[in-house]
Amino acid sequence: MSNIPKLTIDGLKASVEGKEILKGVTLEIKGGEVHAIMGPNGTGKSTLASVLMGHPKYEVTDGSVTLDGQDVLEMAVDERSRAGLFLAMQYPSEITGVTNADFLRSAINSRRGEGNEISLIKFIRQMEAKMKELEIDPQFMHRYLNEGFSGGEKKRNEILQMMMLEPRIAILDEIDSGLDIDALRIVASGVNAMRSEERGFLIITHYQRLLNYITPDFVHVFMQGRIVRSGGPELAERLENEGYDWIKEELGIVDETVGQEPEPFKVPMNTTAPRLT
Amino acid sequence: MTQTVLPIDRDTIAALSDSRNEPSWMKELRLAALDLAGQLELPKLEKTRIDRWNIDSYGTYKQAEPIHNIEELPQTAKELLQADQPGNNLIVQRNSGVVYRNLSDELARQGVIFTDLETAVREHSDLVRKYFMTVVQKDENRLTALHAALWNGGVFLYVPKNVRIPEPVQALFLTDDASAAFAPHVLIVAEANSYVAYVDNYVSAGEGGGLAHSGVVEVIVQPGAHVQFASIHSLDETRTDLSYRRAVVENDGKIDWIIGEMGSGNGMSDTVSILKGNGSASDAKVICVGTGEQKLNITTRAVHYGRNSESDMITRAVMRDEATAIINGITKIEKNAVGANGQQTEKVMMLSPKARGDANPILLIDEDEVKAGHAASVGQVSEEQVYYLMSRGISREQATKLIIYGFLAPVVSQIPIAKLEEQLQLLVERKLGQ
Repeated sequence: MSNIPKLTIDGLKASVEGKEILKGVTLEIKGGEVHAIMGPNGTGKSTLASVLMGHPKYEVTDGSVTLDGQDVLEMAVDERSRAGLFLAMQYPSEITGVTNADFLRSAINSRRGEGNEISLIKFIRQMEAKMKELEIDPQFMHRYLNEGFSGGEKKRNEILQMMMLEPRIAILDEIDSGLDIDALRIVASGVNAMRSEERGFLIITHYQRLLNYITPDFVHVFMQGRIVRSGGPELAERLENEGYDWIKEELGIVDETVGQEPEPFKVPMNTTAPRLT
Repeated sequence: MTQTVLPIDRDTIAALSDSRNEPSWMKELRLAALDLAGQLELPKLEKTRIDRWNIDSYGTYKQAEPIHNIEELPQTAKELLQADQPGNNLIVQRNSGVVYRNLSDELARQGVIFTDLETAVREHSDLVRKYFMTVVQKDENRLTALHAALWNGGVFLYVPKNVRIPEPVQALFLTDDASAAFAPHVLIVAEANSYVAYVDNYVSAGEGGGLAHSGVVEVIVQPGAHVQFASIHSLDETRTDLSYRRAVVENDGKIDWIIGEMGSGNGMSDTVSILKGNGSASDAKVICVGTGEQKLNITTRAVHYGRNSESDMITRAVMRDEATAIINGITKIEKNAVGANGQQTEKVMMLSPKARGDANPILLIDEDEVKAGHAASVGQVSEEQVYYLMSRGISREQATKLIIYGFLAPVVSQIPIAKLEEQLQLLVERKLGQ
């Protein structure tokens, strides 16, 4: 078997609290490829990322996901990671008391197995080198995981984790949001340095900006919980120049969002009805 | 007023006092305290029915057999020893009396006294008398009165003016006989501009049989002195642990408390800093792990009298199984304590649906020009955090463990004594890992 990974998503449907968000996503990502998923807010892009990683909030109702032929949906979150999936999250959790270094070392050791743990010196050397590439302050190693990090620092930290864990399929969920142009350049060059035949990328964004730095091989437009249009890098450029309206028009879409119907009005529990006299 | 049935009578107390050759003032104090114990009520604890606990089994005083070598101690006790050369600057109490004591010649030459309180009462009678039961009073409630009447073994640590002790001194309190009374009293006097770090452990071995430990700690911090007081309790589930710890801090003095409530039986502890002097300060860090069906009532308190006095209190508690903890933080700022600053944080994490935790931050402020702050939370291990860690390949079990240790880290990682940090980590692991 070649070492080129293949993630196959076929007819994937998923819902949250009974509301269907993904309405049949089909996509294949192979090693060496960079796929970009673009689309306005509220169209289900981030849900796709979360479902692929196995966020407990979402329920898969139909379809399949396989990585190198293995059923991803059957795997627990940690097994997906060890199988080679990585998700750089839009809103990474803050965890007090767990240092970045302790966390990453646990993560690396989890895939190396007992008795084969990475030596502390080798780990620190690796981490320091990657931090330098990403222009991260060396002090970050000893800070608590994401605690008190700025938005940009959190994003860089996600990329640092990706570089250390060397996944087979990396999903980047809105990695560009909240980044200034310098940080964007650093993050992008980190991603570019990781591009290889042994790794596939799925980049989720609603700005074309990031794609100036990371040239995608395929661009997919996401609306109403599915891919509505696919193309090459030129599709991203057209979206940048013309926005999404032309696609909506061509496809006859009025509301591109999904699962966002307004909730019926409820009386807030903490108020009392006015007293009638 | 109810007449309480006491675990001991006057004649026995008097006889015990005589047999130990105690000065008459101590004998009288014990007898007066016993009378009080018969009249006073139990302390009223927030949401805790201490009267339902097993608190009357005090055991009887048994003469302790001295040991000549610390190797004779049970393993659970030996592994807690701190010094690079175990046995140095160490006092060991086993059940009712001290069985081992060591003070380096160098410290003795500087005038440091580090001995058991029973000996100190005889050899340094005036010095002990000046301070004994002055910070915690015998007439506060039945528990303090009974302690004053019954105390045994104990520690007297006296650090003369300007003497700074570089290495921590340690005491070990071991109870391994369920019928022997176990009521150590710790008295620490740090004279002006002195410094000492004192570490103690309360451990049990063998059958507990429902014994109650009743302990009192008094710390006198004179102007400019600094005392670091660390205490880790890990008595087993058959033993009830009752502890009053109190420091009075004079001008520019400082007390640091590091408390590990790692016992497995019901427990009440009350750790108080009385910031009497201007510029006095206290820093209290408490961690607590509750398991099984144990009930805990943990209070940390700072009372500000001095101008510009500062206090900080942090408590972290992890509760599993059906354990219950009532965590109280009380910042009291008295009138005229201008410029005082009192901060506190209590956090409880519950690991099972039947575990219970209450965090009660209380600010009582009688002066306008002060700063005070509090934060409290009660929660569970966050599923979002577990998901994040798992998404990097870490198993659910390992992720949960990381989050729990992380929760305790703000206390554990700040412990100034490296060996103590390790020890506490070990005890946490042992308690959570069972």
